[in-house]
Amino acid sequence: MRLYALVVYLFLYIPIGIIVLFSFNAGRHASDFHGFSIKWYGKVLSNPFAMEALTTSLTVAFVTAVLASLFGTMAALALQKVRGQLRFFYDTAIYIAIMIPGIVIGIATLIALVTVFNFLNPLLEAHWPMALSEPPRLKMGHASLIAAHTLFTMALVIVIVRARVTGMDRTLVEASADLYATPWRTFWQVTLPQIYPAILAGFLLSFTFSFDDFIIAFFVAGSETTLPIYVFASIRRGVTPEINAIGTMVLATSLILLVMAQFLLRFRDRRSSPT
Amino acid sequence: MGSSRWANRLLLLPATGWLLVMLVLPLLVVVIFSFGERGAAGGYVPALTLAQYANLPARFTAFKNTLILAPIGTLAALLVAYPLAYFLALRVNPKWKIILLVMVIVPFWTSILIRTYAWIFILGGQGIPKLLGFIGIEGVRLINTPVAVLIGIIYGYLPLMVFPIFVSLEKLDKRLLDASGDLGASPLRTFRNVTLPLSLPGVATGCMLVFILLMGEFLIPALLGGGKVFFVGNALVDLFLQSRNWAYGSAVAATLVVTMLIVISIYTKLITRGSNQRDDAALF
Repeated sequence: MRLYALVVYLFLYIPIGIIVLFSFNAGRHASDFHGFSIKWYGKVLSNPFAMEALTTSLTVAFVTAVLASLFGTMAALALQKVRGQLRFFYDTAIYIAIMIPGIVIGIATLIALVTVFNFLNPLLEAHWPMALSEPPRLKMGHASLIAAHTLFTMALVIVIVRARVTGMDRTLVEASADLYATPWRTFWQVTLPQIYPAILAGFLLSFTFSFDDFIIAFFVAGSETTLPIYVFASIRRGVTPEINAIGTMVLATSLILLVMAQFLLRFRDRRSSPT
Repeated sequence: MGSSRWANRLLLLPATGWLLVMLVLPLLVVVIFSFGERGAAGGYVPALTLAQYANLPARFTAFKNTLILAPIGTLAALLVAYPLAYFLALRVNPKWKIILLVMVIVPFWTSILIRTYAWIFILGGQGIPKLLGFIGIEGVRLINTPVAVLIGIIYGYLPLMVFPIFVSLEKLDKRLLDASGDLGASPLRTFRNVTLPLSLPGVATGCMLVFILLMGEFLIPALLGGGKVFFVGNALVDLFLQSRNWAYGSAVAATLVVTMLIVISIYTKLITRGSNQRDDAALF
């Protein structure tokens, strides 16, 4: 039994180990190890295309995480008081947003937004007050990436925060109201201290999801390139040690964020259960 | 309470807007476009025709591959995952339990692209086939075969399968296992008659999660199948990003979603007879 578990853990981690190992390979060829070197990291850091893709990915992931944790938390708190058919709509929509394959969301968002933009752009051109500035041209890019990533991650934050809100001590909120605290003050002094680990964990998971997502971005990025899109295109051109270096950095980024998120979620669990 | 109701609506406003504009509208557009026609330069021309659906057999291979490899991949992931989940839930020192579980979940949240890419390495000419060459087994081809895709699937989806099974085994009342043993049942019989039936909700959840995501898989067949083993996902990328045939692509996507819904509803019907708990919530 133990041996079996060990084999499965090796199966899970050896591929990751191989990427990390070969990212430090001095040799050009991935298959033979020629000694330790960090030159591929230097190559990546001085590659303007990779760096631009990295900047795009970080920007999109950060804005996505902010929007998702803000809107998701707001919705999770508000949904406590929603009942009946309306509640059914939200629960179903949130469930679909989490479960639907990314590829379907990707194509659906692509054709819907392009169609809406094609409809709006001539209108904007016709009615824009030319005296002020050039009319804006709506197109796929940063904004559509953020909007599409925020859908899934916001649903995720709602689920995480709602689990925490449900487990929260309701009497404290009531006590606060009885003591004449305004709802706003109750939120800051009673509710938020209890749910912030869940919000922070949701933020980190949202960031990780957006940073790692390939398939949705592949459709909605327009002419922008995110890091996963850059890596995918590089793999298509042939395997190089540079990809290993990028891969190691990507894995390290998400590992750090994940361990933080897991820590926050477990910490919350331990505190909330009296045992 | 009037002002508090308005405050509540205001809090829900951004989420509602997002769900309507980024989920409901796009899915509606796919349905509408699937009854349309392809424009001369690609894209979509409004129409009301079933021509796109009638043309679905043109992508028969993609559907066939998906409907063969998704269940096989799900089953393979289950077979690998179950013993591990069992080990983690019932055989591990509680001190190590959380850390070992987290070690299973963490890969799921890291880039599937990078992790699948590692297997190009391992299964490619310089990887396992070369190692096999050393011990005298020549000419093994792994990359760009269904086997490679299957390995990629097991690797990518293992955490998603382990977690719900772990949760249902963990919840199980350990006294039942003792009672079964005390009554003279062999460990195998205890497993078959007590442990396994009680863990079925977790198995069902895991299989459903993996199967749904596999139906829309693109990356694993694209990287490890080398264009020879392709899924509906690969057909969709081709239709939307290469040939820009939005109407036909929408019909393929709609068919994929409907197939998924049919499978899910049959599956939940079969499962909810026994129990209606869901064990996936804590994965996030």
